[in-house]
Amino acid sequence: MSLVITLLLLGLTAAPQTQSNALNSFQAFQKAAAVLRHPRCLNCHIPGDAPLFGSSAEPHAMRVKRGSDGGGTAVMRCTVCHQETNSEILHGPPGSKEWRLPPANNRMAWVGLDDHQLCRALLDPKVNGRMSRDNLAHHMETDPRVLWAWNPGPGRDSPPLSQREFVVLIRTWIEKGAACAP
Amino acid sequence: MVQFNVNGKPAGFDDDPSTPLLWVLRDSLGLTGTKYGCGIARCGACTVHLNGAPIRSCVTPVSRAEGGVVRTIEGLSTDLSHPVQKAWLEIQVPQCGYCHSGQMMTASALISKAPNPTDADIDDAMSGNLCRCGTYHRIRAAVHRAAELMRKGAGQ
Repeated sequence: MSLVITLLLLGLTAAPQTQSNALNSFQAFQKAAAVLRHPRCLNCHIPGDAPLFGSSAEPHAMRVKRGSDGGGTAVMRCTVCHQETNSEILHGPPGSKEWRLPPANNRMAWVGLDDHQLCRALLDPKVNGRMSRDNLAHHMETDPRVLWAWNPGPGRDSPPLSQREFVVLIRTWIEKGAACAP
Repeated sequence: MVQFNVNGKPAGFDDDPSTPLLWVLRDSLGLTGTKYGCGIARCGACTVHLNGAPIRSCVTPVSRAEGGVVRTIEGLSTDLSHPVQKAWLEIQVPQCGYCHSGQMMTASALISKAPNPTDADIDDAMSGNLCRCGTYHRIRAAVHRAAELMRKGAGQ
C-alpha cells in the first residue's frame, strides 16, 4: 500500500516537472525561431526553386535556380559568383564554404510555417536532412552557412539574437525535450 | 605567389592574393578580351572558366585559381575554329559586343556539358549574362548552332 502511495506521489510531482520542461523547451524554441525566420536563414530555406535574397526577400536576380543538389543548375552553379568569403564590396555576392540551398529532394523549407509547424519540421528526419537532434544542434552551432548569418558582409543585417544566444536557446529546446507545444 | 595555368600556359601572380582574377588577367597578363562590367557579379561580362566551369572573374580572388586551369576568351581558339566562335560569326550575334566575351564563355561551358541543349537549358545557363543591346534572340540561336557544330566535330 505504501508503495502505491509513493508511486502516486511521484507521479503527481513528475507531471508538473514534465510540463515545466515542455514549456521551457518550447519557449526557448519560440525565441530561437526569430533567428530561423530571419532573411539570412529563410532566404535559402524555401519551398520553390528560386532562392530569395536581400532583407526584402525578393527572388534572386539572374533567374537563379536550386538544381538537384542545391548548388545551382549544370552551368549556373552558385560558385559562379559566390566565393568562400563575402565580397567586401557593397551589393557584391555574399559567401561561405559550401554556399548552396538544401537539395531538391530535401528542401528543408520553412517559409510560411508557424512556430509549431516549424518546430515539427526541424525534428522530422524526412524533411530535416535526416538529422538527429544532436546533428541539428551541431548544424546550428557549426555549419559555416549558419554562422555566416552573423557575418553577412556589407549592407546585410544579422538575426536579432547573437549566435551565442541562439545556440543556448537551441540547446535548451533540445535538452528539455525538444517540445513543439507548451 | 599564386600559380595557375591560363589558356595552356603557366602563369603566376606575386601580389595580394585577394586581387580579383579579372585584374590579374587584364592588367598583369595582358588578356584584355575579358571585360569589366559591373564588378559585383551581376552582369556576366567578366566570365571565364576555372577548371572548366564558368566563374565571374570580377569577384573571384586570384587565390581561388591556385593550381587550377583558367580559360579566357582568347583561349577558345586562336583561329576562330571553336564552334561558339563560328556560330557567333555566322549569326552575327553581337551589336556593341561588350558582353560577348562573357556570353561566349558561358555558352562554351554549356555546350560542353549539354551537347544538344534545349531552350530551357540555355535559359538556365545564360540568364546571368546580361546584354544591354538585347541580342538574346541571336544568342539563343547561336548557342543552338554552336552545339550543332560541336556535334558535327568542329573544334571544342
